[in-house]
Amino acid sequence: MTVHEKMTMAQALNRALRDALAEDPSVVVFGEDVGPLGGVFRVTDGLTADFGETRCFDTPLAEAGIVGMAVGMAMNGLRPVVEMQFDAFAYPAFEQIVSHVAKMRNRTRGRVTLPMVIRVPYAGGIGGVEHHCDSSEAYYAHTPGLHVLAPATPADAYALLRAAIASADPVVFLEPKKLYWSAEEVEFPSSAPGIGTAVVRREGTDATLIAYGPAVPVALEAAAAAQQEGRSLQVVDLRSIVPFDDATVCAAVRGTGRAVVVAEAAGFASVSSEIVARVTERCFHALAAPIRRVTGFDIPYPPPKLEHFQLPGVDRILDAVDDLQWDLC
Amino acid sequence: MPPRTVHLLVLRPAVECEWPGADHYRMTRDASHLLPSPAPVTLIDADGRAVAQAASAVPDGAALVRALGSLVTARRLNDQAYALVRQGRLAVYPSSHGQEACQVAAAQVLTAGDWLFPTYRDTVAAVVKGVDPVEALSLLKGDWHCGYDPYEHHVAPHATPLATQLPHAVGVAFAARQRGEPTVVMAMCGDGATSEGDFHEALNFAAVFKAPVVFFVQNNEYAISVPLARQTAAPSLAHKGVGYGIPGERVDGNDTAALLAVLGAAVRRARAGEGPQLIEAHTYRMQAHTNADDATRYREEADVAAWAKRDPILRLETYLRAQGLVADADLAAFAAEAERVATRLRDGLNRDVEPDPADLFRHVYATPTPQLAEQAALVAEELSREGAAR
Repeated sequence: MTVHEKMTMAQALNRALRDALAEDPSVVVFGEDVGPLGGVFRVTDGLTADFGETRCFDTPLAEAGIVGMAVGMAMNGLRPVVEMQFDAFAYPAFEQIVSHVAKMRNRTRGRVTLPMVIRVPYAGGIGGVEHHCDSSEAYYAHTPGLHVLAPATPADAYALLRAAIASADPVVFLEPKKLYWSAEEVEFPSSAPGIGTAVVRREGTDATLIAYGPAVPVALEAAAAAQQEGRSLQVVDLRSIVPFDDATVCAAVRGTGRAVVVAEAAGFASVSSEIVARVTERCFHALAAPIRRVTGFDIPYPPPKLEHFQLPGVDRILDAVDDLQWDLC
Repeated sequence: MPPRTVHLLVLRPAVECEWPGADHYRMTRDASHLLPSPAPVTLIDADGRAVAQAASAVPDGAALVRALGSLVTARRLNDQAYALVRQGRLAVYPSSHGQEACQVAAAQVLTAGDWLFPTYRDTVAAVVKGVDPVEALSLLKGDWHCGYDPYEHHVAPHATPLATQLPHAVGVAFAARQRGEPTVVMAMCGDGATSEGDFHEALNFAAVFKAPVVFFVQNNEYAISVPLARQTAAPSLAHKGVGYGIPGERVDGNDTAALLAVLGAAVRRARAGEGPQLIEAHTYRMQAHTNADDATRYREEADVAAWAKRDPILRLETYLRAQGLVADADLAAFAAEAERVATRLRDGLNRDVEPDPADLFRHVYATPTPQLAEQAALVAEELSREGAAR
């Protein structure tokens, strides 16, 4: 029987952890402040109380230690789900992630696999001070062996986190902080597609906006505004950065012939540049104009009072859409 | 909870203090039980004689005889592998020549179910734990990164980055303990690795979670070219345990008997649920870092000669002969077994295995991504074109 419950993304993530803990005794959740406090964003709220501190617990404050210990636990029969608290606080774990989490299956010819999830509250838009707002997806997406997911809705947050925990491979799970409090009706059991599948969030015929994570609601807002101006914009939500769904993205762009990629991260050597390259390689003859990008500037994340300059907004997206050589067709 | 009344040991006269957390404050005062011995534990001295009034009993004869056999094989393996580099069969070999007592003891104190986490210099320990020597050297032969199945003998892949394997060891121990299994994990590293952050984090996590891990540091005096004095200003590496609430101990790293006693006690302690321990073995890297290194640029030949007199194999052999526990026939049997293993290594490494290019893509994910499937097809097509051109 299908039921619908209205919940925020933080609540949907909590529900996903809760359901995974209940269904699979090998799942363990740990990190900094995820125990009695329930995480600084309350994503692990109540888990220690309900499942005991062998299943959800606090660790010393050391990200390399957290991820490194998770590697050993995954080697030895557990399914760790660890929290990094903030995007930029995950960097101490970078060597563990790049040299061990990502490579263990490969190093051992598939004999040792690491079913583990690294949850990262990520990106900006919440007025956070420095080191709390990084869009770090490119570092992970560039590393073979990792899956990298970024949900944009509560329903996807639930479905993708469940899929991530069930995955035989390590997953870096990027949770857009500014969307933690966004709410919608979530369907249980979930019928959302799994890892590696992009979805069309809004149908449109004139141009395609390609976005993921925190940029998706902005792209949808831009599409709604464009509608007022008589332009029909399609919105594709990647959901899964790695594996990348070339098929859905390319079919969408071939349908409209124009595309704008929207991402919060700095644009240089980024996921957005990868998307432009991939789509151009595959859809060149279907394109009526070069693909445009609306991304963060190539600067360190700005202080709260200036962050609105950094974040892709509706106006910048519509300006980019306006630049797609409409007079030539 | 009401604050507890605590007597501060460090102040005279005793001062009563009350505040939340005073209990922790009091407990952290006395660290003497965590401190290592003033001198490394030695049971058999460099001349092969039992040390009078030693810290613990010499392990039983059977264990020592078994260890001597392994030491002889270990030395032969080290020297055979070194020679195979010169013959171009191995890219490089970080030898544990001179450190064989540490290698053998680390593996010998473990049960089959216990885990060993070796570094790149601990191939011999992995072999003593049961790993096939040819498979153990796959990394250096260049066939694949890890040539053995880590689950077969509970030996983790060789760690080449420094200290990164230590948190993994804690995780393996944690998971075993959570399931109520009696597993102990031997986590190996060198003196240089104790400067890495992951060393610190692993010890701290192990202590906090009381994970059954024995951290075994082989202090061989040099991290490639950098001497110990540039790694640490600590009184000894074993003293580093105090900062984490872990007991530290120092042991003569060329005394197999002392190593078996000290490591064995740490393993028993961990298995009994009493938590991790940090053991520092004082030993010496008799050869260069690898064949690619030139040790004459940073250390004196006289130092090497002095350490040669402390050789672990001769020392144990002298002791066991004096005790009447081994004779010429035993030594001949050990040498024959060592030769058999060396021959197997030679034959295995001289055998060329054609690597399968499809393996490049096979083990990146459980299911290849569509992109990897495309790239694998590209290589397959290149190969078929090459095949057609031949």
